[in-house]
Amino acid sequence: MVPVVSPALTSDPRIAAEAPGTPTPPQRVLPTAIVALLIAALCALAAVLALWSVDRMLDGPPAAVGAALVAVGAGALLPLVPAVRAFGNARSRARLLAEGRLAAARHEAAAGREHAHTAMGYAVAVLILAMLISLTTANDGAITTTFLRWQFLQSSFLDVLGAFWVNVKVAVGAQVLVLVVGLLVAVMRLLPGRAGRPLRWMAIGYVDTFRAIPSIIVLYLVGFGLKLAEVPLVEDLSPIWLAIIALTLTYSAYVAEVYRAGIESIHPSQWAASRSLGLSYGMTLRTVIVPQAVRRIVPPLLNDFIGLQKDTALIGVMGVVDAFARSRLAASNVFNLTPVIVVAVLFVLITIPQARYVDRLLAKQQRRTGRAA
Amino acid sequence: MTFLEINDVHKRYGQHDVLRGVSLDVAKHEVVCLIGASGSGKSTLLRCINALEPIHSGEISVDGDVVSGQGVDVNRLRRNVGMVFQSYNLFPHMSVLRNITLAPVKVGGKPRAEADELALALLDRVGMKDKAEAYPDALSGGQQQRVAIVRALASSPQVLLLDEITAALDPELVGDVLAIVRELAQDGLTMLLATHEMGFAREVASQVCFLHQGRILERGTPAQIFEDPQEDRTRQFLSRVLVAGRL
Ligand SMILES: Nc1ncnc2c1ncn2[C@@H]1O[C@H](COP(=O)(O)OP(=O)(O)O)[C@@H](O)[C@H]1O
Ligand SMILES: [Mg+2]
Repeated sequence: MVPVVSPALTSDPRIAAEAPGTPTPPQRVLPTAIVALLIAALCALAAVLALWSVDRMLDGPPAAVGAALVAVGAGALLPLVPAVRAFGNARSRARLLAEGRLAAARHEAAAGREHAHTAMGYAVAVLILAMLISLTTANDGAITTTFLRWQFLQSSFLDVLGAFWVNVKVAVGAQVLVLVVGLLVAVMRLLPGRAGRPLRWMAIGYVDTFRAIPSIIVLYLVGFGLKLAEVPLVEDLSPIWLAIIALTLTYSAYVAEVYRAGIESIHPSQWAASRSLGLSYGMTLRTVIVPQAVRRIVPPLLNDFIGLQKDTALIGVMGVVDAFARSRLAASNVFNLTPVIVVAVLFVLITIPQARYVDRLLAKQQRRTGRAA
Repeated sequence: MTFLEINDVHKRYGQHDVLRGVSLDVAKHEVVCLIGASGSGKSTLLRCINALEPIHSGEISVDGDVVSGQGVDVNRLRRNVGMVFQSYNLFPHMSVLRNITLAPVKVGGKPRAEADELALALLDRVGMKDKAEAYPDALSGGQQQRVAIVRALASSPQVLLLDEITAALDPELVGDVLAIVRELAQDGLTMLLATHEMGFAREVASQVCFLHQGRILERGTPAQIFEDPQEDRTRQFLSRVLVAGRL
């Protein structure tokens, strides 16, 4: 098709230079290929050295471990493959260019640069891994033995796992309460008119305060303060309940904001449609606005929940023996941090599925909004 | 007898006077078309009648009862005055059937079975009975707008306000929606519609009002307005519409 452009535009020399019929020359490949090969070779060398130090540290490891080291070492050489192929592309490009086959030369050039870039990307990854491996062997492997000793892992695992149940109970209890309290605060903050003003202000004050106070301080104050003051009802609560209350206080402030953002993100036309049907403000909020908002806020909500989960490791300050407190005890008994690593791994294990779930929800929303637009 | 009475209504947004003394009487079974350039205040007028926007002065009454100002039960008013929007505004988290039965059940207190039955009958009338369980985002614009009309009708309103309901539709879908409005007009439903479909306005309207800068500059029968407009502004507007191929 002939593009319709005014004569004034076509007379622009920059446009004229790219007019159809004048193919752009192929890009250069050889310099990139050389750089890629150098980087790949250096990184492979670093990896081999790192693996060699592991081999020395283990002092003649069993055959299986030795074989694994060799396999990893072979993997470190892989980035050399695309680097070498880039050279092949560079040669073909030169030949095609000499034959005057511009388009084909351009294809070769693009393929060659792609290969060179691939080589560099993988080589840098190899380098980072090599550095991490070197770290584990530094100081004669002191890092590895401080953090990971099979024997201490075995001895502390069940204890720590048992105490982790406390973290799970506190997290789930607080999450359920936060869902309710957060929504109440958000709705308070959105109350209309003059009548709603004092409650709006209270909601704002609460959110501002509890988002600002570090949760460890809230835990400390609730854990000891309520007992000391002999507040009726509360003083009989178990420490676990106090922990749930403290985390609910902190995280409801965050979640109230998440709810509010969700509610305010619903288009005003939904309000208009609902009100025009005779539904009251409250009924509109309940049946039209909040159900739509909830769908949108699940990802940010889950993010806050992951934060809450992690903060259960702080409840030790109020004297609750959770997994972290338990693991520190075990660690100080054996002068080794392996039990603490166990807690860390447990937190990772329960968080990863949630993180993936959030990703999936976000991707789904993306598709939905993409389709709507 | 006058059913809907709008008397010297003023409406401002901040410093901007959007309605500057609009008066209009609509008798029962009448179809009134509001025409006028974009920004002339058609949507605002309709939203004021439905009390979606408060007015600053003047008075609106429906069926002899004043519905503007303080202390009016707006939720009752809105059951008598239905509204359909340009962008359909269906509730995306509810099926077509739930969209339609929401108000009859929650506000009208109808038993669910009865509301469902009425909704299905209305859907059948607009040829969409098979979509009762579908969700809005699975429907075309024309289908969504037909559902929105049914949703407004399900509360058995005495007046229906239609705000450029075909403006967001692909041209080939406009006909279906207008056919429904035509049928409602023949059934004697009182309607007030803002529209750019001049051919349609000429066909169904009993009264056409030309809005210009927040005032009704000229009103009359379709024949008077379209064939013998008195005001220069009206003539200019109509000739622009004619150039745009909408007449
Ligand atoms: N919510 C609002 N806030 C401020 N100005 C508004 C609002 N809604 C409408 N307006 C203004 O009021 C005028 C009339 O708008 P509208 O009634 O939508 O006109 P029409 O429907 O005839 O195109 C426009 O100038 C518009 O910018
Ligand atoms: Mg409008």
